[in-house]
Amino acid sequence: MSVAQPFKTPAGRARGLGSAKEGVGHYIKQRVSAIALIFLIPWFLFAIMNAVDAGYAGARDWAGKPWNAILLVLTFGAAFFHMRLGMQTVIEDYIGRTGTKQALLILNTFAAIALFAVSALTVLKIWFTAGA
Amino acid sequence: MSGADWSDPRPLSPHLQVWKFHATMVASISHRITGSALYFGSFLIGAWIVALGMAPAPGETVPAFYQFMDGVISSVFGQIVLVLWAAAVLFHFANGIRHLLWDGPAIGFDPKVASAWSVFNFAFAAIGAVALWAAATML
Repeated sequence: MSVAQPFKTPAGRARGLGSAKEGVGHYIKQRVSAIALIFLIPWFLFAIMNAVDAGYAGARDWAGKPWNAILLVLTFGAAFFHMRLGMQTVIEDYIGRTGTKQALLILNTFAAIALFAVSALTVLKIWFTAGA
Repeated sequence: MSGADWSDPRPLSPHLQVWKFHATMVASISHRITGSALYFGSFLIGAWIVALGMAPAPGETVPAFYQFMDGVISSVFGQIVLVLWAAAVLFHFANGIRHLLWDGPAIGFDPKVASAWSVFNFAFAAIGAVALWAAATML
């Protein structure tokens, strides 16, 4: 690999510093969130089917119950974190052009975090206003 | 090496077309395809949750956006998307557990086991998605 590595700072190269010791960080996060989803996804599948079936008022009752709201926020957190990591790998693998790749990586992060904020805050709103 | 700067005139080594077909390679790319599809599907779930969080306008019992989402879900197109979404979830779920068993205790690397397991994951996803759809529709 004779191509210059633009992400290494001149100071870093001069000092001969190696990696930041985060090489397996992505790998571990992907798998830990997967382990959480093993438990959350079966619950979510059955719960969401019943909720959609129950109609607007029934689904709001369901989402307003504390345990359902907590599990929904946990499912969204684990799933959207997991999918951000997965899409990051897909972008890094298939998008060669550096500028496009960086733009898509940023968009991926923003989209996942925005989706979590909107979904989780909506669940909290339903929970906190339930029975009010 | 960024792809845009590729200028090496030497031929690439042959890859996909020289491999003998086996079920594990289909399972491998399907994991990525279903994962990418679920990425976009999660935004639809977010839209449904947003609709659920809306309050009805004066004179409505159900907000217009929730009625719209409900109409999309009940339509033929919506039902097809739901069944495909369920199949993608179930495949990614089953195949993801296999990835964890590969990475952790290193179970399932034997070629015969790996192939059979790949076929199982596809069958699990297809049968499971149809079963969930039937349960949701008929019960």
